[in-house]
Parts: sequence; C-alpha cells; structure tokens
Amino acid sequence: MAKQIPIVDYLVLDDGTPHLVANESEESGALYFDRRNADAKSGEDGFCRRRLADTGVVRTFTIVHRAAPGVTVPYVSAVVDLDGGGVVKANILNVAADPDYVEVGMRVSLTTFIVGTDDEGTEAVAFAYEPIEGN
Amino acid sequence: MAERDVWILGASMTAFRRYPDKDLIDLGSEAAVDAMRDGGVSIHDMDVLGAGNLSEAASGVGQRLQKQIGQTGIPVYNVANACATGATALRCVIMSIASGEAEMGLAVGLEKMGKMGLLGASARSDKKVFTPAGRYGAVMSVEGRVGTTLMPGVFAQAGMEYAGANEGVGFEQFAKVAEKNHAHSTLNPLAQYQKQFSLDEVMNSEMMAYPNTLLMCCPTGDGAAAMVLVSEERLKTLSDDQRSRAVKISASVMTSDPWTDSDQVQPDVNTLTRNAAKKAYEQSGVDPQDLDLVELHDCFATAELLHYDNLGLCAPGEAGKFIDERGPWRDGTIPVNVSGGLISKGHPLGATGIANLYEVATHLRGEAGARQIEGATVGLTHVIGLGSACVVHVLEKATV
Repeated sequence: MAKQIPIVDYLVLDDGTPHLVANESEESGALYFDRRNADAKSGEDGFCRRRLADTGVVRTFTIVHRAAPGVTVPYVSAVVDLDGGGVVKANILNVAADPDYVEVGMRVSLTTFIVGTDDEGTEAVAFAYEPIEGN
Repeated sequence: MAERDVWILGASMTAFRRYPDKDLIDLGSEAAVDAMRDGGVSIHDMDVLGAGNLSEAASGVGQRLQKQIGQTGIPVYNVANACATGATALRCVIMSIASGEAEMGLAVGLEKMGKMGLLGASARSDKKVFTPAGRYGAVMSVEGRVGTTLMPGVFAQAGMEYAGANEGVGFEQFAKVAEKNHAHSTLNPLAQYQKQFSLDEVMNSEMMAYPNTLLMCCPTGDGAAAMVLVSEERLKTLSDDQRSRAVKISASVMTSDPWTDSDQVQPDVNTLTRNAAKKAYEQSGVDPQDLDLVELHDCFATAELLHYDNLGLCAPGEAGKFIDERGPWRDGTIPVNVSGGLISKGHPLGATGIANLYEVATHLRGEAGARQIEGATVGLTHVIGLGSACVVHVLEKATV
C-alpha cells in the first residue's frame, strides 16, 4: 500500500479509523483546526487535543459550478455542525450536485478519498462527508 | 456622533469601468480633484489625507496621489481593509476631524482590478513532494477539495444558511435581488453595467455557486471615489452654497468579527453587521423605518438579502417577504441600492466604501438626476470586508 499523508493535519489517518481532531481551548472549550497562539473566544492560552465526531448535520451548502483551476465541477461544499461540537467545511460526496438532492439539516458522516499523488508516490488523503442512509 | 460633528463638503466618484489607458493614480486623482472642486476648496485646505487601496497597498498610494494633486506635507494614512478599505480611509479622516486634530480632510478610495476573474482562484500550485505547511499543515491547496472559500461559494453558503432557517427564502428570492439591482443601474450613468435583465434571465444565467448565478455576482473593475470632510465649526465659516449642499454624518461605526463557533470555516457576515447597525442607529437616533435609501454591500445577491434582516429593514426572518413585496425597489418602502449596487454598479474594492456614501449624499443633496429618490433626507451605507470589517454610516440632510 502506498504511503499516505493527510491533506491537512487535523485529519488523522494513523490512529484507528480516520477522524478529525481540533485544538480545544482549556478556558472556553472553543475548537480550532489550526494552530492558535491563544483562544480567540477568551483570549487565554492553553489547548488540548480533542477528537471530533464523525457525524453531523449540514448547516448550509452551495453547489460550485465555476471553481479554481484543476477542481472538478460541479461539487457540493457544505458547512457541517458535528455531533458533540465543532463546525467544519468540506465537500459532500456520493450525492447528486443538485439542489433537489442536498438540503440543510441533512445528516452526514465522514469519509475520505485520495486527492493526489506526489512524485515519490505518496498519496494525499482528503476528507469529505456523505449522506447517512435513511435521511 | 463623536466629540465634534463631521460633515461631507465635497463628493465625487469616477464611473466604474475597466480603464486600460489609466493607472490607479489617474483614477484617484480624478475623483480627489473633483471632490475638492465639488466642495469649493483646494488641496491647500486639507489637513489630512486618507487613501484606501488594496491592489497596490504596499506602494504608498496616498503619497503617490499627493505627487499628482498636491504635496502639502499633511499626514497621510494608507489603509487596506478588504472590501471595507475605502470606508476605513474615510474613517481615518472622520476621526482626525472629530478629535480636533484636523478641520478638513480628503478621503480617497481607489482600485484598479481589470478583469481578474474569480478572486482567490489563483490557488498555489500543488507541491511535487507533499510537505505539510502553514497552520493547518496542508500539503496542497484545499480549495474545492475541502469545501470552498472562494467568494461566490462563501456568500452562497451564507445565503443558504438563512434560507434554511427562514421560511419563504430560496433561489427565486435571491435572484429577485439581482433583478432589482440591474434594473436600478439603468438609471445610473456611473454604473459599470446599465442593462436590465428579467428574473428568468437572472435565474438562467451561468450558475457560479448555487444559488448565485453570474448575474447575481458583482464584477471586478476599476474606479475611484473621494470625499472632502469638514468639521461643523469650519463649515459654519463657509459660503451659503457650501453649507446648503453639505451632508451631515450622523453616525460612523466600524466593527469586526466577534468569535463564533463557525467563523474559522465560514465567515460570519451577520453578527458584525448587526452590531454596527445597532450602534449606528443609537448614535444617530435614526430608526431603520426612517431611512429614505440604503446602499448596502451586495457583493452577491445572497448577501443583500441577509442584510435586509441584519440592518433591520424588514422584520426578523422576513427578508424573503421584503423582496417578494418589492420593499427594496426604488419605489418600495426602503429603497436599497438604487445605484445598481455592487452587482451592477461595480465593485473596485478600495473605492466601494466611499462610493456608497457618494450615492447617498448625492440623493440627500437632490442631485441624483434620473435616479433621484424624491425628498430623501436620511440614508444609510454599509460595507463589509471579509476577514472581517464592517462599516456603517448614517447620513442626513441638515442645516448648519
């Protein structure tokens, strides 16, 4: 199997099933995907790592038809409220890129896909969400 | 508003276009000189200059401008604040006058964008060897792979969140915003586009990011806007004609994003607008229902609809009903973007936050020609730069 690397470091591939992690403010509980110098909510420093849920609800979405070079269109971009906390933006896969098939409030779960391979054969893995059957 | 009241003495803007034969400073000079002529003053009367520009922000734009319109040794503030850049330059001058440091000053917003296409679409090329970089440890551009952060999609998602939370809001309501603004622009000779489109044409134009079609997105372009501001004390010493055309700035407010749980992935254009509007209404004593016209930041049709609610132009949750009932049309209850808005008038980034005040001031002066809102005495301007910065001004026709 080819060596794999996550597209962003808040996607964890090497600790059980793929999942997202966030930096959680010890003061306020606010969650961040990037490295923070201090908590934007409380102003205090001090963070711990927290594993986020793999499921959530679509808060909003768009269907992108004109995109940056190299991006296949149309695709669905959504903001997802994760169960138990955390808000993330990602694509929605395995659903028609059509407003008749995507809706606010739709339940989704995490999935991953290979998004590219570098000159050394390393595969970059991205995350996305897909509808949970029975929506 | 502040320690000392500040008034608009002169105002001007270039037509928003693409100007292949003019450079940035040509456009800024044109607006600046015309604003001073409009106010009956000269560069020698200016105590301060605020210059707002994004595309050449590191180049000392204000000083370059001075070399074309007059180097008098006054302080120059060069500012960049995303799409709120022009309004930020204006506020530098307002604050200088309100504090007593200056009596009169010039604010210029100028931008030369040309035909840039999708802003932010020039994503960095993928690396040959994946190496985590930056605060997210990204190994390649995430745009389009992990959601979209390009403007049409960001504002589409902002709109769809509102649509999901409120009855009677959907693709058609968003499209009606663009139908209105394109119609309004046919009366504005300064607008980049002056062509009317039917609702069907708006809805069936190329889809960019659902629900925003091409005709629901603002164009890139070139242009400049300028204002001469003056203290009330100094204004009282000027001629009858200058005093009668002066417009009072009854509120000037700037806000930025307070923390929300989602703003790290999706900019929140609502909270800072609501905060700015609340403070502006308090500062001016003006109620939203008193407004004769509003120029708000319709970078995309979805954005305008949200701001009907954010600015209190409609009842909470009823932005869809407001546009369905033609409330924001020029003959509606609160005319919005009678200039054509960013969607049709154009959006040269640095100029926008002064051009919107130019529009409202021109109506309050009764000088807006074919697009004049008759009897207008009070208006509001709103601009947002993502990141984010929001500036709201309330302008009033008054006597001094």
